[in-house]
Amino acid sequence: MAMTIHVDIVSAEGNLYSGQGEMIYAPAVMGEIGIAPRHAPLVTQLKPGEVRVDPGGGKPQEHFYVSGGMIEVQPFKVTILADTGVRAADLDEAAAQDAKRRAEDALANNAADIDLAKAQVELAEAAAQLRAIERLRKTR
Amino acid sequence: MAGAKEIRTKIASIKSTQKITSAMEMVAASKMRKAQDRMESTRPYAEKMRQVIGHVALANPEYKHPFMHARPVKRIGLVIVSSDRGLCGGLNNNLFRRLVREIRSLRDAGTEVEYCTIGTKALGFFRRVGGKVAAQATHLGDAPRVDDLVGTVKVMLDAYMEGEIDEIRIAYNKFVNTMTQQPSIEQLVPLAAGEDAEQLTHHWDYIYEPGAKEVLSGLLTRYIESLVYQSVVENSACEQSARMVAMKSATDNAGELIDELQLIYNKARQAAITQEISEIVGGAAAVSK
Repeated sequence: MAMTIHVDIVSAEGNLYSGQGEMIYAPAVMGEIGIAPRHAPLVTQLKPGEVRVDPGGGKPQEHFYVSGGMIEVQPFKVTILADTGVRAADLDEAAAQDAKRRAEDALANNAADIDLAKAQVELAEAAAQLRAIERLRKTR
Repeated sequence: MAGAKEIRTKIASIKSTQKITSAMEMVAASKMRKAQDRMESTRPYAEKMRQVIGHVALANPEYKHPFMHARPVKRIGLVIVSSDRGLCGGLNNNLFRRLVREIRSLRDAGTEVEYCTIGTKALGFFRRVGGKVAAQATHLGDAPRVDDLVGTVKVMLDAYMEGEIDEIRIAYNKFVNTMTQQPSIEQLVPLAAGEDAEQLTHHWDYIYEPGAKEVLSGLLTRYIESLVYQSVVENSACEQSARMVAMKSATDNAGELIDELQLIYNKARQAAITQEISEIVGGAAAVSK
């Protein structure tokens, strides 16, 4: 039987694939790479593209689309950490600016520092309400 | 039968409230199950990521990324994860109480704090009490996505890289079980290094493409994003289970109220009937005399 290598493809939102393969193809940033068992240890970034796993034994290849991510290769184990969306420096930057702007819009005339006394009064009120409800239930 | 009609309308109105709360309870129960599943499915990624980072940290000790390097703390960034909607008992309030305690002790130690909020409840809280909110994300829905958090996390990480803040912590509700949610505050950056139990016996190094620095910062950014995502998912499971419990008790309360009012209604009705009979009897007696 031919040598195989273990492949895990995971994304932050779930497990995509776990199994054995004779050969794995992945779209690395420096060009597509093919990984056979006993590959040298390697860590690299992936760009959007297709990951193919050849399970061997004449079975059809498995295809996965990844929108980028990281790949870690060890002699008998490949881990692909797939991104859930397209990532690029400028896109990330735009998202960051967006998050900042949202905060500024929502809190346009906010005090510069938290008013702890006010916060405590508010929380105490809410807690008292909940306690009152609780007590009401028990006495009935 | 003066009060009987009012009591009947009151019963009807409580009954319709009860229908709503029991529906909400059932919805929350099914959403909670889904949120729990989502919580489970985020674990493999974080675990794998931790392994890879552990390997890289072991294999490449000469390059230290800023995220792994602690420095004296003057300013802290706090990421606060809350729910978008209310009616979930004391969930958000418990978290904010824990937070206020933490902020107070930080301030006593002379540390400044800046915030980053996730969810409308935290945003509303800071809007009312003040505080510097650097970034925010709201309306993530029942199935939050990593992409929605990228920007918010990046604001904090950039601030860390530029030296504006020296530590990032995250505050969220930890899911213990359906009945218990634990408000907790954990440190995100700098990463506590060397916690991985898995030790590689022989020494070797990776091939890094394009370079160790790029690879490591890509890895660590994703790792931190996944930690924040995990907290958000966990908080949403907490939200659903807290709502389920709150709505269950509201439904029970409504049931008790209805029983009580029904009793009062029956008594009022009986009293009215008795009065009517005695009036008739009295009238008949007066006629027959």
